[in-house]
Amino acid sequence: MSQEFELSYGEIDYTVLGSLRRPSSGYWLLVGALVLGVVAGAICWAYQIAVGIGAGGQNIPVAWGTYLINFVFWVGIAHSGTLISAILHLFRAGWRNPIARAAETMTVFAVSIAGLFPFIHLGRVWLVYYMLPYPNQRNLWPNFQSPLVFDMVAISTYLTVSSLFWYTGLLPDLAVVRDRAEGLRRKIFTVLSLGWTGKHEQWRHYTRGYLFFAALATPLVVSVHSVVSWDFALSVVPGWHSTIFAPYFVAGAIHSGLAMVLTLMIPLRKVFNFERIVTVDVLENVAKTIIFTGLIVGYAYGVEYFLAWYSSNIVEQEAFRWRAMGAYSLEFWIMVVCNSLVPLLFFIKRIRRSIAWLFGISLLVNVGMWYERFVIIIGGVAHGFIPHAWGLYRPSLIEYGIMLGSFSLFFLLFVLFVKHFPSISMTEMKETIQEEAAHAG
Amino acid sequence: MWEFPLTLPLPEGYNNKVRDLYPSHEHNGYRWAMVVDLDRCIGCAACAVACYAENNIGIVGEQQLIAGREMAWLQVQRYQDPGRPEKVIFLPMLCQHCDNAPCESVCPVFAPHHSKEGLNNQIYNRCIGTRFCSQDCPYKVRRFNWFTWQWPPPLNLQLNPDVTVRSKGVMEKCSFCVQRIKEAHNRAKNEGRAIRDGEVQPACVQTCPTGVFTFGNLMDPNSEVSRKAKDKRAYQVMGYLNTKPAVIYLKKVVQEI
Ligand code: SF4
Ligand code: SF4
Repeated sequence: MSQEFELSYGEIDYTVLGSLRRPSSGYWLLVGALVLGVVAGAICWAYQIAVGIGAGGQNIPVAWGTYLINFVFWVGIAHSGTLISAILHLFRAGWRNPIARAAETMTVFAVSIAGLFPFIHLGRVWLVYYMLPYPNQRNLWPNFQSPLVFDMVAISTYLTVSSLFWYTGLLPDLAVVRDRAEGLRRKIFTVLSLGWTGKHEQWRHYTRGYLFFAALATPLVVSVHSVVSWDFALSVVPGWHSTIFAPYFVAGAIHSGLAMVLTLMIPLRKVFNFERIVTVDVLENVAKTIIFTGLIVGYAYGVEYFLAWYSSNIVEQEAFRWRAMGAYSLEFWIMVVCNSLVPLLFFIKRIRRSIAWLFGISLLVNVGMWYERFVIIIGGVAHGFIPHAWGLYRPSLIEYGIMLGSFSLFFLLFVLFVKHFPSISMTEMKETIQEEAAHAG
Repeated sequence: MWEFPLTLPLPEGYNNKVRDLYPSHEHNGYRWAMVVDLDRCIGCAACAVACYAENNIGIVGEQQLIAGREMAWLQVQRYQDPGRPEKVIFLPMLCQHCDNAPCESVCPVFAPHHSKEGLNNQIYNRCIGTRFCSQDCPYKVRRFNWFTWQWPPPLNLQLNPDVTVRSKGVMEKCSFCVQRIKEAHNRAKNEGRAIRDGEVQPACVQTCPTGVFTFGNLMDPNSEVSRKAKDKRAYQVMGYLNTKPAVIYLKKVVQEI
């Protein structure tokens, strides 16, 4: 921590605002490539709407494909943003300050992307408003028994709360940018900073508001992914119908989200020279949390097998035998190795303090978590109750296109944000220093 | 799981103390059901063909069929004894019109809907295509319109005017030929009587050369389905899931010589 201690207020402003300087041509090249990816995805979706959802690879029995895998994946990614920015804020864990802004940004963008997938997935997306409880002359309401309706409520609440939380946290920093900007940029930031002047009164409201939003966002971390897991747990499908799903999904979500934080922060600190703010200590703390979530996820994998064996239900047993040895066994083993074995390497201090290892392992965990969703969503129904209805699934080109589009959109939004907004909370960094100084004094 | 009792899709099939959370459905005079006698089935699949013709079922072509997108509402599944390949059992599989239907509870917009007469009605113009119902149907009998199917001439001439042609993005499945049930209702109403046993014949019932299927009202204790449901051979496919299917199978009896 002594390293941070040496930072002065001016230095923080200088380093963080430095990231907002005129972008290089390499940056625009990257933005251009990402825009192309988004356009490709949009074209694929338009084509799918025009010809029908059969453009994807789904079939009977596997009627859900990569769209819902990506949905669950992105909701998961979103979670540790809230963990880091809200829960750790409530726990007063100062080490989260340097990465809180980026993590919260990741949350907002990831939930938005996740929210797109149920639309992409629908057979008749133009009738999506049937899911809303709006008054109509046919007196028809949505079915509040359906997990999909829970989903809609959970995701939109999550998006609303985390956007507000994120924006509230941004306010003082937006004012800092406004004070230093000129011309058009100044006008834009004047509007965005909502007349922040830094009066004592405003700070008092701000800290209160931020705290309340943190308290409001915290239960959402648990509730949202529990609700997503009920999409599966409330059905009768062997391999889905299990009570461990809610805690297992929440742990998995945080697992993948923390990995994504590392994946994003490591290049970010390198490009913008944030090394003195986002120190190795901070990354190490994230790595330690990954060990913890990885152990929970590994435990859940074990419990699933135990439950299948203990149930004496041959359908359940066959589903799990097939999961490890059947057509998707490669995916299964990728999932086990990447999610619960590879993170154990972080027990070695040298590995969790090495940037290259951190980055590599975070990528592997991301891949593993994507495959976890694949194994659950595809594997469950592909090998269900009736042997005559067993079948396989393979994503189609259109699905790959849409997947490319979604990843491009996420990184595009993130890249635009870090270049045009303060991607590290200057306010909170200064608070950290102040507290430390107080302790030292 | 092997010794689950036959639970009829009627109030007597419910046991709220032991395994049912929700009360039974109130049915209105009729509870349609079907009995399938596996001892009679010769596996000719005439029932499946009749169903295609009656219900305007989409014809998907070879490629889509391999991709797992066949639209048949009724399929004759074949199960072989691994040791003795000549010993085949045919299992005509169609929507079981469960009383406790897993497909109904998961749909966000109530497109699968339990009717007053016990049918699991699929409301096509309500369906938004989440496909959750198919994922949750343990019998995997729901069929999804992945595209708008074509009926090139002269196939278009045989489309049944009493049945809708479903468009892309909509889930469909066996309706127990609801159009024929409706017709019988009208006739009975005009003549001021109840529908007689055997008066409604879905297309598969009408077509099967060996009389495998019996269709009728389970609430009438004298109907043929009620009588056959009391047969010793009666069982429900995956009865232990407690979906209370309205399709009751009579076990195939084989004698070893
Ligand atoms: S028509 Fe009758 S005999 Fe032929 S397959 Fe169908 S049920 Fe069996
Ligand atoms: S058999 Fe399947 S589609 Fe038919 S009512 Fe039961 S769950 Fe629904």
